[in-house]
Amino acid sequence: MVFRCFVVCISLLLLAISAYAVEPVERLPDPAMEARARSISTELRCLVCQNESIDESHADLAHDIRVLVRERLKAGDTDAQATQAVVSRYGDFVLLRPPVKPATWLLWFGPVALLLTGLTGTLYWLRSRPAVVPPALSAVEQAELERLLKDDA
Amino acid sequence: MRRLIALLPVGLFLVLAGYFAWSLRPGYDPHELPSAMIDREAPAFDLAALAGDGRIARDGLKGQPLVINFFASWCVPCRQEHPLLMRLAKQANVRLYGIAYKDKPEDSARFLSQLGDPYRGIGVDRDGRTGLDFGVYGVPETYVVDAAGHIRKRFVGPLTEAAVEKELLPLLRRLGGS
Repeated sequence: MVFRCFVVCISLLLLAISAYAVEPVERLPDPAMEARARSISTELRCLVCQNESIDESHADLAHDIRVLVRERLKAGDTDAQATQAVVSRYGDFVLLRPPVKPATWLLWFGPVALLLTGLTGTLYWLRSRPAVVPPALSAVEQAELERLLKDDA
Repeated sequence: MRRLIALLPVGLFLVLAGYFAWSLRPGYDPHELPSAMIDREAPAFDLAALAGDGRIARDGLKGQPLVINFFASWCVPCRQEHPLLMRLAKQANVRLYGIAYKDKPEDSARFLSQLGDPYRGIGVDRDGRTGLDFGVYGVPETYVVDAAGHIRKRFVGPLTEAAVEKELLPLLRRLGGS
């Protein structure tokens, strides 16, 4: 019984976490356009909370930006244009997925470059290591080896 | 060659340590964002003035460099910054205008009657739309706009004595001279 109650409570908590912040008054009447607005919103960072998208954030500013995005869509903007309207005010930082451009090359390709450097270095090191040639057995050792092998058979 | 490779980790460590030390320098706030609006034309606004029936509009303010301060009566750091604005306003060459961001006009008026009014004019941005157009993400924010109406500098958070002396006033002098 206690366990069941616990499970119910946890599920309710999880439900609360997955809830989004879009308020009913903000929603657009056209469901297709609203869906576009939602998908744009999940890609935009809330500048107050900085690690939440404006779709999840209850900050006032997130609300303002959600409304701005919907206004732009209603005015006939494409998704890219609506996103650009926010980027032109707040810069690339509002994009949760940073764009690939020279200033962000280090961010995007740095880890891969680091990995490749490491691999190349390791290969180079392995190859350049002198092969270990064990010294030949002495006459005594050879005799001992033969004796042991004979024992085995 | 071999010795150089052996020194590589030390070199990497020094580079990283240098970067971390640089990030810890005083006065640096990693949460502060560069403005996307620098060197672009200030967004158009046309707001009701807090006092009287006039308007505070971008195009009416062009012609001379301008300092625009977004504030609100509900904003605690604005109170902290206020004495500095009062002093700034006394300098003859500083055209300081205020925009009351998401604030009830009567609250803004009370705030200014208690602490003094440093502004030459105040626009009422009740729904925060002008703030949104400027890229404001938290009051107070202060913008320097040149005579042609381009944003030249943004200060996020309360102005400090150092920011005013070392950045704001020199920038205004440069803008005024050219």
